[in-house]
Amino acid sequence: MAKRVVFKHKFLPYLLVAPQIVITIVFFIWPASQALYQSFLQEDPFGLSSKFVGLANFVYIFSDDIYLNSIYATAVFSFSVAAIAMTVALLLAVMADRAIRAATTYKTFIIWPYAIAPVVAAVLWYFLFNPTVGMIAFFLKAIGIDWNYALNGRQAMLLVIMAAAWREISYNFLFFLAGLQAIPKSFIEAAAIDGASPSRRFWTIAFPLLSPTTFFLIVMNIVYAFFDTFGIIHAITEGGPNEATNIMVYKVFKDGFLNLDQGGSAAQSVILMIVVISLTVIQFRYIERKVHY
Amino acid sequence: MVEHRPWLTFLTHAVLIGGCLIIAFPIYITFVASTHSLDEITSTFPLWPGGHLIENYTRALSVGPRDLGATVGTMMLNSLIMALGITFGKIFISLLAAFAIVYFNFRFRMFFFWMIFITLMLPVEVRILPTYKVAADLKLLDTYSGLIFPLIASATATFLFRQFFMTIPDELCEAHRIDGGGPIRFFFDILLPMSRTSIAALFVILFIYGWNQYLWPLLITNDERYYTLLIGIKRMLDVGEGVAEWNIIMASSMLAMIPPVLVVIFMQKQFVKGMTETEK
Amino acid sequence: MAYVSLKNIYKSFGKTEVIHGISCDIKDGEFIVILGPSGCGKSTVLRMIAGLEAITSGEIAIDGKVVNRLEPADRDIAMVFQNYALYPHMTVYKNMAYGLRIRRMPKAEIDERVRNAAKILELTEFLDRKPRQLSGGQRQRVAMGRCIVREPKVFLFDEPLSNLDAKLRVQMRLEIRNLHEDLKITSIYVTHDQVEAMTLGDRLIVMHDGYAAQVGTPLDIYEYPATQFVAGFIGSPAMNFLNARLDPSGESVEIPGNVKLPLANSSLPEHAGKEVILGIRPEHFEPAHDGAATLDLTVDHVELLGADTLVYGHFAEDKTLSTLRLSDVQHLDKNTKLHLTVPPQKIHLFDRETGHRIGK
Repeated sequence: MAKRVVFKHKFLPYLLVAPQIVITIVFFIWPASQALYQSFLQEDPFGLSSKFVGLANFVYIFSDDIYLNSIYATAVFSFSVAAIAMTVALLLAVMADRAIRAATTYKTFIIWPYAIAPVVAAVLWYFLFNPTVGMIAFFLKAIGIDWNYALNGRQAMLLVIMAAAWREISYNFLFFLAGLQAIPKSFIEAAAIDGASPSRRFWTIAFPLLSPTTFFLIVMNIVYAFFDTFGIIHAITEGGPNEATNIMVYKVFKDGFLNLDQGGSAAQSVILMIVVISLTVIQFRYIERKVHY
Repeated sequence: MVEHRPWLTFLTHAVLIGGCLIIAFPIYITFVASTHSLDEITSTFPLWPGGHLIENYTRALSVGPRDLGATVGTMMLNSLIMALGITFGKIFISLLAAFAIVYFNFRFRMFFFWMIFITLMLPVEVRILPTYKVAADLKLLDTYSGLIFPLIASATATFLFRQFFMTIPDELCEAHRIDGGGPIRFFFDILLPMSRTSIAALFVILFIYGWNQYLWPLLITNDERYYTLLIGIKRMLDVGEGVAEWNIIMASSMLAMIPPVLVVIFMQKQFVKGMTETEK
Repeated sequence: MAYVSLKNIYKSFGKTEVIHGISCDIKDGEFIVILGPSGCGKSTVLRMIAGLEAITSGEIAIDGKVVNRLEPADRDIAMVFQNYALYPHMTVYKNMAYGLRIRRMPKAEIDERVRNAAKILELTEFLDRKPRQLSGGQRQRVAMGRCIVREPKVFLFDEPLSNLDAKLRVQMRLEIRNLHEDLKITSIYVTHDQVEAMTLGDRLIVMHDGYAAQVGTPLDIYEYPATQFVAGFIGSPAMNFLNARLDPSGESVEIPGNVKLPLANSSLPEHAGKEVILGIRPEHFEPAHDGAATLDLTVDHVELLGADTLVYGHFAEDKTLSTLRLSDVQHLDKNTKLHLTVPPQKIHLFDRETGHRIGK
């Protein structure tokens, strides 16, 4: 792990590492452990005292319909976002890879939405689909679809999925393109000499070789959908209508800050922590295995 | 490779152009809307730029939206301070930490390494309440420090630098030792200059990360004068039954998009290299 | 310029001892080559002299002063690394000036030294370039330039030519030799290439498995190798080794096929009758003549190199492949029998168990 050459100083390394460690402890470790601790407590209604209730909070939220619905909504949301963002990105990446000469221009156009904040992406899509001023909303109504996501939960979910996926397409595109361009040309050429058509070449050679990238992106997309999309929900639907888009990360915020349910919010945070940790561990394990190939 | 498939080539470009259009469409409409007056937006669906560009943007920057006590100009400044603070802060801290971990053998080295690693698994969203409480106790609410410090220590930059430092040949350090230099000189004279590309790539990633922060600034600022641009934009949408100031909102959105996009476009090469080599 | 003395140098990594008692007194201005195969410990010894590795026990002294505890920078040494270790973001000029700058030498003096070294190494036109704009040979010269400007007591070289192609290696070898003759700085040079060792070294330390197998001039080592290992390591193609037995009289040695070869000095009574290893260099065979003991070599394979011909074959029932070197182009068919003999002075004998040389 360490290099063969090391400096022998005794105090200097501590000094160097101090800023990061201090901030890590103050703003990461301590609050995380607090969240863990609080998830086992329940405050009395006046917030004056709290008592240890073991796993009661967890039992409660898992029997709470609203929380279960939140889990369901999160699952639908993240799966859809990942699926859409990855398929479209893959398609574009494959096409861009073929375009060779113009690839850089296309690349510039397609990757910069990554720089846009999720909440801004939400605002843009909100503007397009807003029943009052939305261009596409108007169009939908004109062709007979009753578009009002403020009332229709499904439509609300659709809208946030689109906003979230739109942005993630560029991120996936970047990695897919890099992955495709890393495939040694000799593989493809050998297949071409063997008489394989472009589509066959893609499915039998390129796609399997892309699997590390694909796996990596699946995990990253899920993490994105779980956590980075808070802004989208907060901007457009605020969890509604009727909890339709109340994904887990939003619910933690809502319960903690708006409803002031400390114990419940803490328990939800812990659940989310477990999700992140599992995903990260899976990611690292897989990468480690691939690297040791 | 020699291949004559004109139909496929046509399809390729068609799909790509289609993709670009879908990606670009919302942004284009936003831009168009930012150049019209509010009435024009609410009565028609403008597809082409209008004549109110300068008026909208100046109003947004200098006067600000109706119900907000801050101008878009102020909010942009706040966002900029936060983004730059986070970027430089993270780079600096991570360089030091990575240097310590790679080049020194001290007692708690592995322990600190894993501690930093853990932060990868603790995005702010899983610890919002307690982190807020800590920040509040430290009197960081409604301050620039509060916007910046809690987001400074994350593992990605440290790991990136660590990976990079590991690839630097040992002999360089030994030659430096023979030349008579100590660790601090090594850090400034050799390590830092050699890390230029990594720093550049990280700058892009971190600036975007910092500029696009939403949840944390939302929690920690109550005073409108400290609102970041993104918070401000969202607040402009909260109009209840009234009509939102769409022209200002769209202008502000454009302003919110420009700095990160500029950074990406201008540093595209370093950015792509850095991204695909670190995340793996 | 200085003399370096190594006294009983031992090195252990944890519980494993890797360097076992190396001693050598290097004279002022001498060019010493530490030669040995990969893993023999030669680089470790060099690094201990440099101060990059700690010594477990023993003493290293430069100019009489024990330097065991001194930092590399305080030992007044300079080192050329195998991978040059040039600072990639600095120009050639800055690379060479860096060590002097740290020592707070006045700018004018630094400039003079750098330009001088650049002139000697023909690097003057490259002073403003960065390492990545230079070829391998040029980079190597910059690495040497960095050492020259320091005007140290000792030059250390860690396999500097290994990364160069064959032709460049020959050229650089000559340059290093010339440089040494001009500057006369005590130099310690590590390599696994015996050609480099033979051509550059005033004396060689041949190392094997952490031991110093032999210390001596190149010719000494070639003519009187102290162990079977050294005998096989020096000289290309390698020396031939055959199983043999010393005559009870101690005056000749017998090899399978009932051939008795007379020895140069016949006073080896303590080894009489022993099973030994007989060593003969490929270039030392002569055509058999009357009265001489004859060895019959059956040809298996011939390599025509142009200037030389290498004949591979075997003696009698001994299945091991032996090599014979002939000059010029010689066409020989497989299974030809060649009648050879060896002058007694060119016979080497080694103890079969210890590998040590028997006799002078």
